[in-house]
Order: sequence, then structure tokens, then C-alpha cells
Amino acid sequence: TAVRFVNKKCYIRARFVYIYLSFCLTDYFSQGKNDSEDSGLRFATCQLLWKQINSETEKIQEELNKQLFDNLIHFLRQSHSELQTKKTEWMCRMKSSEIPTAALVLGVNVTDHDMTFKSLSEVLQDNVTPYVVSLQAKECPGIKHLLQKLMGQLMDCNVDVDSSEEEECVNISQKKIRCSMASLSKWYESVTKKTDSETPSKKRTSSSRHWQSPPIVVIFKDMESFTTKVLQDFIVISSQHIREFPLVLIFGIATSPMIIHRLLPHSVSSLLCIELFQSLSCKEHLATVIDKLLLTTQFPFKLSEKVLQVLINIFLYHDFSVQNFIKGFQLSIVEHFYSQPLSVLCCQLLEAKKRVNSLSHNQCENIRSLPSFRRYVESQVSEKQIALLTEDSFLKEVTQTLLEDLHIYHENYFTVLRCLHVFTTSLPKYPLGKQIRELHCACLGKSVWETEEYESAIQLLRMLAKDELVAILQKCAEIFISSSGKQFSNTVEKLEEFLARFQNLEAETSEVQDVSVSSQKELQKTTDLYHLQKTLLALKESKRSKKLTKFEMLRFEVVDFIDSLVRSYLAPAEMQTLNEVVYFNTANTLREHLNAAPRIALHTALNNPYCYLKNQTLKSDVGCISNTAPDICIVYKLHLECGRLINLVDWLEAFSTVVTAVEGTDPDAVATDQVDEIIHARFIRAVSELELLGFIKPSKQKTDHVARLTWGGC
Amino acid sequence: MPNFEHPEYPEATLLHLESMVPCRESQVSSLLSIFGEVARSILCIWVDYRCSTKMFVLTNRLKTNLNLPHVFVNCVECFTSRLLLEEILTQLQSLSSEKKHGSHVPCDTFNDFVRLFKQEIITQDLQNQTVYIVLDKAEQLREMEANVLPGFLRLQEMTDRNVTVIFLSEIVWELFRPNTGCLEPFTLYFSDYSIGNLQKILSHYHPPEYSADFYAAYINILLGVFYTVCRDLKELRHLAALNFTKYCEPVVRGEANERDTRRLWKNIESHLKKAMQTVYLREISSSQWERIQKDDGEPGHLKGLSAHAHVELPYYSKFLLIAAYLASYNPARTDKRFFLKHHGKIKKTNFLKKHEKTSNHLLGPKPFPLDRLLAILYSIVDNKVAPTANIFSQITSLVTLQLLTLVGHDDQLDGPKYKCTVSLDFIRAIARFRLKKVYYDTYNTPKIT
Repeated sequence: TAVRFVNKKCYIRARFVYIYLSFCLTDYFSQGKNDSEDSGLRFATCQLLWKQINSETEKIQEELNKQLFDNLIHFLRQSHSELQTKKTEWMCRMKSSEIPTAALVLGVNVTDHDMTFKSLSEVLQDNVTPYVVSLQAKECPGIKHLLQKLMGQLMDCNVDVDSSEEEECVNISQKKIRCSMASLSKWYESVTKKTDSETPSKKRTSSSRHWQSPPIVVIFKDMESFTTKVLQDFIVISSQHIREFPLVLIFGIATSPMIIHRLLPHSVSSLLCIELFQSLSCKEHLATVIDKLLLTTQFPFKLSEKVLQVLINIFLYHDFSVQNFIKGFQLSIVEHFYSQPLSVLCCQLLEAKKRVNSLSHNQCENIRSLPSFRRYVESQVSEKQIALLTEDSFLKEVTQTLLEDLHIYHENYFTVLRCLHVFTTSLPKYPLGKQIRELHCACLGKSVWETEEYESAIQLLRMLAKDELVAILQKCAEIFISSSGKQFSNTVEKLEEFLARFQNLEAETSEVQDVSVSSQKELQKTTDLYHLQKTLLALKESKRSKKLTKFEMLRFEVVDFIDSLVRSYLAPAEMQTLNEVVYFNTANTLREHLNAAPRIALHTALNNPYCYLKNQTLKSDVGCISNTAPDICIVYKLHLECGRLINLVDWLEAFSTVVTAVEGTDPDAVATDQVDEIIHARFIRAVSELELLGFIKPSKQKTDHVARLTWGGC
Repeated sequence: MPNFEHPEYPEATLLHLESMVPCRESQVSSLLSIFGEVARSILCIWVDYRCSTKMFVLTNRLKTNLNLPHVFVNCVECFTSRLLLEEILTQLQSLSSEKKHGSHVPCDTFNDFVRLFKQEIITQDLQNQTVYIVLDKAEQLREMEANVLPGFLRLQEMTDRNVTVIFLSEIVWELFRPNTGCLEPFTLYFSDYSIGNLQKILSHYHPPEYSADFYAAYINILLGVFYTVCRDLKELRHLAALNFTKYCEPVVRGEANERDTRRLWKNIESHLKKAMQTVYLREISSSQWERIQKDDGEPGHLKGLSAHAHVELPYYSKFLLIAAYLASYNPARTDKRFFLKHHGKIKKTNFLKKHEKTSNHLLGPKPFPLDRLLAILYSIVDNKVAPTANIFSQITSLVTLQLLTLVGHDDQLDGPKYKCTVSLDFIRAIARFRLKKVYYDTYNTPKIT
């Protein structure tokens, strides 16, 4: 009970935070820190960065949806043409005219659907037809509302087509709109006739984009929530008019297309011609977003391992929503620029170097206090140390080079990461994870080569078959060539040399291959990791006794080369000097904001009011009940000690004992049974507050008792 | 000679009529006998038809062929009484005048309707004829105001004009009969088409390129496959049209002639059976089916709607759904045993109560409170779950996805109750671990043979 109630409040607060963040950012920034720390500039940088990222995400979304939308448009075109020209007269007469229907399966991430539908109707309006209507279940509790909504939206789009004179006519018809299909088909007839006659004059441009008689597309955004009756009625009615105007339905489905059969009986579903369309899965969507936003040097801002883990966990455990992931990303950008004064340097490298020159003394001190910078200073010779700590100008110079180093580190990091990912995805059981994001997390947090998973991955790599290895090496070479960093020319050469040597091997004796092939076969037979390792060890020993073949030697060389690449380029970000400038690190704040725990917060507030009120007198041990605490806290703590039913009289007595002990009135007065009226009133008020919060409710089982509603630890 | 005889209509009209409505001789002749007498009026006719034998087509054709003044209204389409009455009046206006659509007549109550109806009859000069009002899908009238159905039943009495109301419905009259003001209508039953009738009607519409015999043979095969599952004429005609090209294939290619029934049967039979499992159930759409035929591909690789039954859910949503399922189908009493580590010994004899011997599955899901759901969730998830806002919002989104339903009213904040609406198969698909350990019904499998 309490939970649901508080939940709503919490939700409202969360919304408020979002609104607050988007509207009052300027105030927020300048209030936080004084201006010597470039709050204005930081704010501008943050805004610019977010703008870029936002447009990038929109682009990604567009690209991902393109395939689906193209399919849908093709479907619309086809269904439409079938209505117009039938192959044979006889077929046309015999076949019942079904309503073309697209079942659009979008996955359970309902929060993302709005975006998809919005862009879908935009695409349709641009390419197919001006008559696109989207309906939501909550707007259509009855068939009447549905038709009203439908006609309202259609008439509105009519206004777009024509200008002023049409508007008046719409206004009139809106008043006494007769929500029947007959009037809809009449309307359609008049509209298409009008556009036909008008084509020579002003409508040329828009009608050329649309088809001759554009279909009316009705999108049911959330099929699951529509009531069966409304849907059935609508389909039955419109199927009788399908010959009069081309209608196409789109069902937005979150779960599975089975829901159509669940909602519609056969007599109704037989009126539809349903085709299935599936959108990209949200996990693939997320992978693309991470790839384009995080695993790139395009944006200076980076997430630390813990923060990324929080965002990914929310995605995988809770909502599957890419929108929310991006929102979380946005929040971390804002948080970073707000809380880290040095984030002013979190911009493109050239710009950052310029900004370093104009840093204030205060900011220089901030740089000096960065843990990573302190580590750096300690590693320097003593004269340089002194210079770094005392001379601002020298510090600025060094900072510039350090920033450049950081930039180069990132460039190398992402290239090598992709290369390593190519290797690890070919391994059985994916010891370092299947997705590149898992590998990224593993590398960000700690030195990946020290982990057990990496060990086993390398061991497995040493057993790759030749053709596999060659394919992987080719892919890696491509990655290195396409990367912008120039320092990989050596690596590319080396890889090409390896490839050439593999080619030469082929020309040599085939005897070598036999061994490796047989061992490979054995490996393929064994499926689980334990047996694999066992055979591996056995193989190793047998190999040791034998002389290694040329292929094996080469393979070892390749793996060692990859290992050395990893060791030199995939060092964890935390080790880099000045990483605090671009990495957002405070995962806790993010978690508190995005994955709020209302119940825990409420419990802490009532159990330990000091946590929120910050009043010294409230500081107390965990066990005892402080007497200065607010009444509701005392009442709450007392009720925690009770069973399911609480006796109000006992409770009041306990309360008055605690309270009077605080006030230090003389014990004689307390000894009398009479409780002070004021204390009584305070008690009643506190109890009703607890009831409002949903911790207790009045009970009918016993008089003068209330029932507890919450149990156990939170 | 036509089967129908009627003094007032020329033979040619009747013959034409007969060709239009095959296999309905008795019904048509009784309708004819009613319609025929212009002066005499039958109050109301209740026509009962099952299996959507396109009854309205029938009456419609009767009317247009016989040139009777009539109004035809679909009650599903006119979902409020106002729309219905206005529609009747509008159609009445356009009866004699050349205008295709009459102007809009505002009419709010039945009283207005009667008045306007009388006026209209006079302006249209129809006093000497019987006007027919046909109400299709008349079962919808029950959902409208209480006076609408009795009003229509007594329309003649109230208007004092020659008017006949024909109700078309799939439901028997007994289920309609209003409490008051009812006038018993004349009921006419239309029985289902027999297989012979269907055969006759379907073969009647043979394509012009092929002979009637050839098509009749095809219809025979088609009915052999589909008659057991479908007797809907419209649907059968649709299916016949869809699969006919495939049937003709050997003939077109010259591999068989039109009389080679056996070969043709071999060619089509498996195809039709596949159609029964796919197109008929709307698992794949008709246009997809046609495309497959054109490409001569196997329909196997095109998955139907039901093939996409798997739903991918976030981690905690899965567990919430499993917990909800367990809460819905396990008795609350047994929670202690399944979800507590140290539940103590419970004797099996006591454990199974007698009245619970029937499978919980046969009884359907039971509602459970939110607290129980969360308690089970905490016990089935391995690591600790914090009761965050996200968990609670996931419950709500499961409700909007119709995987759970909220029992009782939406506004009830105090102790909401839910039911789990997914099937065991669904749960099995998302719960990879063995449900058996915590699932009551496995102790208690029903003995169904």
C-alpha cells in the first residue's frame, strides 16, 4: 500500500527532476559553483555536446528504422495496388475484400514506441498519404470515441492540404460531426475529387509525393490495451466500406502477434489480411547506440565502468528501453558538467588546449588536486614536481600535452578494443563476453590481462583453426586501416606479414595441418569449458614432447602479438592522467536518480531523521529512540517493535513515555495515568500521518487496534 | 418454370431471382408471399440466420429485384439509437428522389422519429405501399436504449402506416424478448446450408475460362477438406478463389487434362490442407499465400503469427511474471513450503486438501495481493532485490501488456490485487529453470485420459 502511494509521489518527483534539469539548467549551474570555475562556459559546452549527441541518436534511430519503414511502405503500396487493379475479374469478385493489416511487433520496451510511431507517421505522411491517424487505447474506450478521434484527426489533416476557406468548413463540420463510416467515405470521396481537380494548380508538389488515391492509414499504437469490443466493431464496420476508400490498419504490438487471435474471433480476423513486421530488437538497438556514442572519439565525454554498468543494468534488468538509456546518459553528462569544475576541458582537443591557457588559478589548483594528476606528479623528478605544483604556466603546458596523450589513448583504445572483440567473439562460450560492451566494461575497470577470463580467452585463442585465424586477422587489419590513428601503420604491416606467412604455409606440407585438424576436431567434440581445458592441457603436454609445427609456432606468435597490443593499449582508463576531466564517475548519484528506492528512502527518513534533516541533536545510536526526533519518527520506531495488530493505548503510553522523558518533566506527573492532552493530540496526528503513508490501517478485528501493513527489512 | 410462383410478378423476374439466391427456395417463397400483398401488412418479421449465410444479401436482392421501397441499415455501424434513426430517415428521403444522399435529418428521440417518418411517407407519396425497414445485426439493438427495440416492433401501430420491419440476427428471438411493450414478431428461420447446397452455390460461380464441371470437381475437393471446419459461404468462396490457380497448374502446363481428376486431386490436396492450417486461420495473409503460390515456394519457411510467440522480457520482468504465475496457481497455504528454506515437515496427506484435488489449471488463475507477489519474487531471485521504483513500474507495464490483469478498480491504491493471464507454456518458455520444485500442480496432476 505504502509502496504504491509513495511510488506515485516518487514518479512525480522524478518527472519534476527531468523538467527541472531541462528548463533551469543555467540557474542550476551558476548556483552550484562560483564563476571562477567557468560555470557559464561549462554550461555552454554541456549544451553543445548534448545537442550533438542528440542529433547523433536521432540519426541512429532513423537508420535503424529505415529497413522496417521501407518494408511497411512497400506493403502499403502493394495492398493499395491490389485494391485498384485485380488480375482477373473473376478472382476479384470471388475473393472477399479483406482490410490490409500490418502487425508491427515492437517489443516490450513501450517507452520507445512513441518515438517509433512518431517517425513512422512522419515517414508515411511524407511518402505515402496525408491521411495517417494514430489511436491510443486510452482515448478510445468505445467505438464512438474511436470514430470521433479518427475523424477528428483526418479532418485536421485536411486543413493542412487546403488553406483558409477549408478551415471554416471544418469548424462547422466539427460541431455536428456525424461519426459514422458513411460520412467518412463521403468525406474521402470529396477530398480525393478535390485534389484531383486541383492538381494542375497549387497541389502539384504535395500530390506528386502521395499516390493517386492515398490510403487512410490507421495506427493502433497499443493493440494490447484496446478492448475487444471496440476493435471488433471497428473492423466489422470498416470492412463494409473497404470498397469505398482504401483503408490500411497498423497494429502496434508489444508482446507477440498471438494477441491478435486472442482479441479477435475468427469471424472478425477473417476480415483482415494480416502481414507481420518485426522491428529491430532493443538489444541490437542498444548495441548500436553504445557503438556510436560511447565507443568513439567523436564525443569527448566518457562514462566510467561503474556508471556504464548502472545504465546497462537498468536497461537489461528493468525496462529494455533505449530512450531511458539515452536519458540516463544525458543525466550523467549534466551531472558531470555540473559537479566537475574541470569539465570545462571536456571538449574537442584543439578547443580544450585553447581553454587550458585561460584557466584561472583556482582551476589550476583543481587540476593539482586530481588524484590521477597527483599520481603523475609523484612519478616525476623533484624539480619538475616543484614546478608543476607552483608555476601555473608550466602546469598549463603540461596539461596540454597530457590532454593530447589522453586523446591518443582513446583513439588507440577503441581500435584495439574492436580488434580484441573480433578475437573473443570467435571463442566458444565467450569468456570475455559476446557483446563489445561487456568487453569494454571489463577493460575500463581494471587491467584486463590480469583477469582469469582473459587468461582462458588467450588459451582458447592459441587453439584456433587456421582459416578462422586468417579470417580474424583480415578483419583486424581492416579495423586498423580504417582507424584514424597513424601509429598503427606498424601494426598493419605486422598483421599483413602474418597473413602472408599463413599463405606461404599453405604451400608447404599438408602433414602439419593434419595434426592441427585432428586436434581441432577433438576440440569441437568437447563442448563444456571444463573438458575443453582438460583436453587443452593434454594437448599442450603432447605438443611439448613433440616439436611444434610451423603453423603452431606462427599461431603462438600471433597470439603473443595480440596480447602485447592489449597490454600496451587497453590499460584501464582510471590509470590515465587527467581522466577525471572526461570520465563521469559517480555511479551512486546516477543510481539514486534513475533507480529510486522509495521504500528505503522512506524508511531511512523515519528511522534515522538525521540523514535528511542534518540536525546535530538528532544524531543517535541505531537502537535507541531519540527524544528530539519528530513525532512521526518516534511513532514509527515504536511501531516497528509491534506485531501485526497494534494496541493504540499501549502505543500511546510508550509514546508519551518517550516524549516526556525528553522534556524532562518531573516523573510524578508522568506517574499519573492521565496523559497530557497535547501529547495525546500529537500522538493522534503522528498516527494518522503514518496511516496516510500507508504503514498502518484501521482494523475491524479488535477494537482500539490498528493493523500493520509493512514487514521486515526494506 | 421458376420454383416461386407469384401472381404479381412476371416470370422473368422470378427466374432471375431464383438464380440470385440458390438453395433458399422455401424461405424465399414464404418471404415473397409476405411481401407480395401490398395492402396487407405484416408487422414485424424476425429472421434468424446462423453462420452468416449472407442473409442480408438475400433480402436485399429480393427487394431490389421486386422493386419494393426499402431501407437497409446495419446496426453495428449505427452504434447509437440516434445514428440509427437518422440513417433510416436519410435513406427514406432518397428512396424516390434521384439524389443519392438525402440531406441530414436531426432526430434525437423515437418520438421524433415517428413524427418525421410519417411526414416522410407523405412527401414521398408512399401511403399506398408497404415500406420495409431492414435492420441487420439486430442483436445490437439490445445495447441501445430500452425503448428502441419495442418501438421498432410496434412501429406500424405508432405510425399508422404500412411498414414492415425486418430484423436480421444470428441470435434466436427468445434471447431478445423485451419485458414490456413487446409485440411478437413473425419468425423465419434460415437453416445452415447443407454440403450439397454449398456445392451447388459455389460451383454456380465458376470462372469464365473453365467449364462448370471442372470447377465443380474442384469445389468438391475443397469442401472435402474444409467442410469439417468451415461452413461459411463467404469464407469458402474466398478460399476457393485463393487456391484455384494452384489447382489449374497441371492443366495450364499441359500435364493433365481437365478430366484427369485423380492427378488434379493429388496436386491440390496437401496444398489445401496446408491452407487450412495457415490462411484459413489467418496465420499468414491471403496476399502472402498468393505470393507463395506464384513463386511456387513451400509455405513452410514463412512463419505464421503464432510462430512468433516468444516474448523477450527484461530480467526482473521475467521473474515478476513467474512469481505472478506461481501466486496465481499455487494456493497461498503452500507458499511456506515452497519458498521458505526451513519450513519444517508437512505431511503430504495434510498438505493436499481434498477439494484441491482438481487441477488448479482447470480452475483458472486466482487473484493475489501485491505483497504476496513481492514475497515470492524475493524468494525466487537469487540475489537480493531492492524494492525500487523500477520494480513497481514493471508490474504496471506488465499489466498494460496484458500479461497480468488488475483485479478490481484501477483507482484502488490500497492493496491492489492481480491475476496472471499467461499460459503454462509461456511461463515455461521464459523460465528456463525447473518450475517443478515450486509448482503445486505437479503434486496434483489431474487424471484426464
